[in-house]
Amino acid sequence: MTELLIGAPARQGNVPDGSTPPGRRAVRAGRRSRPPLLLVVPACLTAAIALLPMLYLAVRAFEQGVDEVGDVLLRERTARLLVRSLLLAGAVTTACLVIGVALAWLTVRSDLPWRRGWAVVATLPLAIPTYVAGFAWISLLPGLSGFLGAFVVLTACSYPYVLLPVAAALRRMDPAGEEVARSLGLSPWQAFRRATLPQLRPALAAGGLLVALYALSDFGAVSIMRFDAFTRVIYTSYRSSFDRTPAAVLGLLLVAVTLVLVWLEARSRGRASYSRVGRGGARVGATARLGRLRLPAVIVPVAVATLSLGVPAVALLYWTSVGVRGGFPAVDVGGAALTTLTFAALGALATTVLAVPVGVLAARRSGRLPQLLERASWAGHALPGIVVAFALVFLSVRYAFPFYQRTPVLVLAYAVLFLPLAVGAVHASAAQSPPGLEEVARSTGARPLAVLRRVTLPLAAPGIAAGAVLVFLTCMKELPATLLLQPLGSATLATKLWTETGVAAYSAAAPYAVVLVLLSAVPTYLLGVRTGALDRGGP
Amino acid sequence: MARPLVLTLRALLAIVVLATSACGSGADDPAEQLAASAEAGELVVYSGRNENLVGPLLEMFTEATGIEVATRYGGSAELAAQLLEEGDRTPAAVFLSQDAGALGALQDEGRLEPLTAGTLAKVPAQYSSADGRWVGVSGRSRVLVYNPDLVPAAELPQSVFDLTAPQYKGKVGYAPTNASFQSFVTGMRVTAGEERTRAFLEGFRDNDPKAYEGNALIVDAVNGGVIPFGLVNHYYLYEKASEAGGLDKLTARNYLFPGADPGSLVNVTGVGVLAGKQSEDAQAFVDFLLGQQAQTYFAEVTKEFPLIEGVQPDVPDLPALASLQGPKVDLSQLDSLEQTLALLDEVGLT
Repeated sequence: MTELLIGAPARQGNVPDGSTPPGRRAVRAGRRSRPPLLLVVPACLTAAIALLPMLYLAVRAFEQGVDEVGDVLLRERTARLLVRSLLLAGAVTTACLVIGVALAWLTVRSDLPWRRGWAVVATLPLAIPTYVAGFAWISLLPGLSGFLGAFVVLTACSYPYVLLPVAAALRRMDPAGEEVARSLGLSPWQAFRRATLPQLRPALAAGGLLVALYALSDFGAVSIMRFDAFTRVIYTSYRSSFDRTPAAVLGLLLVAVTLVLVWLEARSRGRASYSRVGRGGARVGATARLGRLRLPAVIVPVAVATLSLGVPAVALLYWTSVGVRGGFPAVDVGGAALTTLTFAALGALATTVLAVPVGVLAARRSGRLPQLLERASWAGHALPGIVVAFALVFLSVRYAFPFYQRTPVLVLAYAVLFLPLAVGAVHASAAQSPPGLEEVARSTGARPLAVLRRVTLPLAAPGIAAGAVLVFLTCMKELPATLLLQPLGSATLATKLWTETGVAAYSAAAPYAVVLVLLSAVPTYLLGVRTGALDRGGP
Repeated sequence: MARPLVLTLRALLAIVVLATSACGSGADDPAEQLAASAEAGELVVYSGRNENLVGPLLEMFTEATGIEVATRYGGSAELAAQLLEEGDRTPAAVFLSQDAGALGALQDEGRLEPLTAGTLAKVPAQYSSADGRWVGVSGRSRVLVYNPDLVPAAELPQSVFDLTAPQYKGKVGYAPTNASFQSFVTGMRVTAGEERTRAFLEGFRDNDPKAYEGNALIVDAVNGGVIPFGLVNHYYLYEKASEAGGLDKLTARNYLFPGADPGSLVNVTGVGVLAGKQSEDAQAFVDFLLGQQAQTYFAEVTKEFPLIEGVQPDVPDLPALASLQGPKVDLSQLDSLEQTLALLDEVGLT
């Protein structure tokens, strides 16, 4: 079965197995034949959609002249902001890498008690929106704020972005390297560091990139913790000056940072190729015996779960127990839940459909265009939801008025925001299926569309499905864009939550938060089970 | 092999189909919600005030006038920015804003219709736009909430500027990130000048004030005796009182600084009609908000100051609006929040 890097923007698959000489592979992937229009045209369309906010930001940033842009960029405050945001993103990413690798190794490669259960539990924080976690932490520790507060909340909510790809990679990895290292006399730790860790590099880079961009674009944690990072300042700028130029300039700067990070991530893989031709041969590495540490090691998943799940759970239970006196607003919650599911399902469908051509193209062709299109799909991912929302307000009012404040524009906003999650999944899983099969299919005279439908997509299907589930999950938690773009009179769980916390009615907000977390837990659980369960059959 | 994908896609489609057809008909029907947008004949309102507060009011309006309303809720400033982006194609006819600054910003961009003299005459001039393009509908005052057990009424400060004195060190709660505190600082800048405001903020900062996340938490802390004083909006105490079963169940009390003190700034919730959207329905909405029923609602439910004559505020220990002095300030000018934030940032009160 295809292991898939959830959301991993893998350039060449994600699982190093060392079974293919890099050179040979590069020749295969680098065929210079013209990419098929069947993929190129829709992929260009997807990239254009992802770049829509840039158009708006450029209009708004430059409407008062280049001087104004320079003025905002050269402010001392902007430099400080950039440093603070990057420090936060760097710290969160580092912590997530450590936690993600530790948990992945414990749940995949060690004899940790109940490790499959822990694998699922460790994924569940993805179901908790940062604004819920933030309120939970503040209510338990009122003194928590600033950098530390934002760091704790973001790390607790986003380490699964590292855990999922690393666990998948660990499971697919050929253990031979580590075994050889051990046989040469290295300690287990040295063997892990020198033989295993380098092979995890693509998974680490992919997961780390997602975490870094998440930390840059998230608003919930930094606003609740009152830490002036990019998103908070962009919001404050809209709120305080009604002058949209500074916010637009900062938005463009954020896009630039994103593209640099995407480029760095690609570079960090170097030219090494990690894809495979065949699927067989890989063994799961021997289970490491923790020995006397077997029970104490449970402290790691317990501690992580306490911080990432326990704190929000306690706060939600407390708020709910206070709120029950007022009765459970079943009708409102039910209606909001249905609306949430509908928007999220439409968002996931649209995003996945848009992502397929970009991901397949990037996996199959190595030229400049596929690479460019894939990177373009990241443009909107680090932008705060409100910026994407204003961009679509601006554009749809002018050019797609019949759809303005109707579901299609909201769905489009979700696609702009979350495309990379799906593109990465498509790319990763398509890269793992052998292109030879497609060549065989072509040689039998099958048309490109038929090859895509009958060979490429079926092989990549589990990965694409996991990507769709991740997008679904992320759409469910989205707040700022939903607030501005949802059809008049509709309400999602997230917007209802916002309404209730707006009058400081945490107890009234609790039912919406609980239902949102429980509903999100279902797709999260599916992702966790995928990663946690060892290969059970499958190709 | 394609099963996972097919299953996932089917599941997603099933969710859409089920959710849109699950319920029968009715306002809460998601199918209707999804399709909902401004229908012909519906008055579209953008509300920067919370749905929980405004929702019942809008139902009263529909009941009284038969005019159907479709509402978009959001933060006042975000909605103002959205209205600016939408320009003259906005679906909104009226904008109900939490504060005057957002209306001032729309007015400056020429996005508001002039209101009739009759409408403006219902409300004291200082609570409406000087240009006559928005009108205040309810007022709120900044106050010093205090705990009489800790501070005798005779020892209360005479001005908000006194709070930098040594006897208040470590004793004042405030909510630095709250919009209400920020607009208080803006009011001080506009009335007392930049220099004096900066001096006050620096003195205040050095006096070890206690930062809180919001006004309600400050009132809790003062009422519980954790701190003696807090800078808040007046109605938080009364909201807490109605939960507790009456003001006499609480210890904390509100105090208004005497005279035209920036510490007693009165700000308003206001309403404006979007440019080109003047209609009988829009006018009916504005009239309704300034009518007996809505003003009584503001007085009784949100414990704000009604702005029309003949409706009494429901705040027993505060003077009537007419005798609230507060500083003289053109509320539209409270849109200079950016300078306020820069100042707070420089002083280090964030």
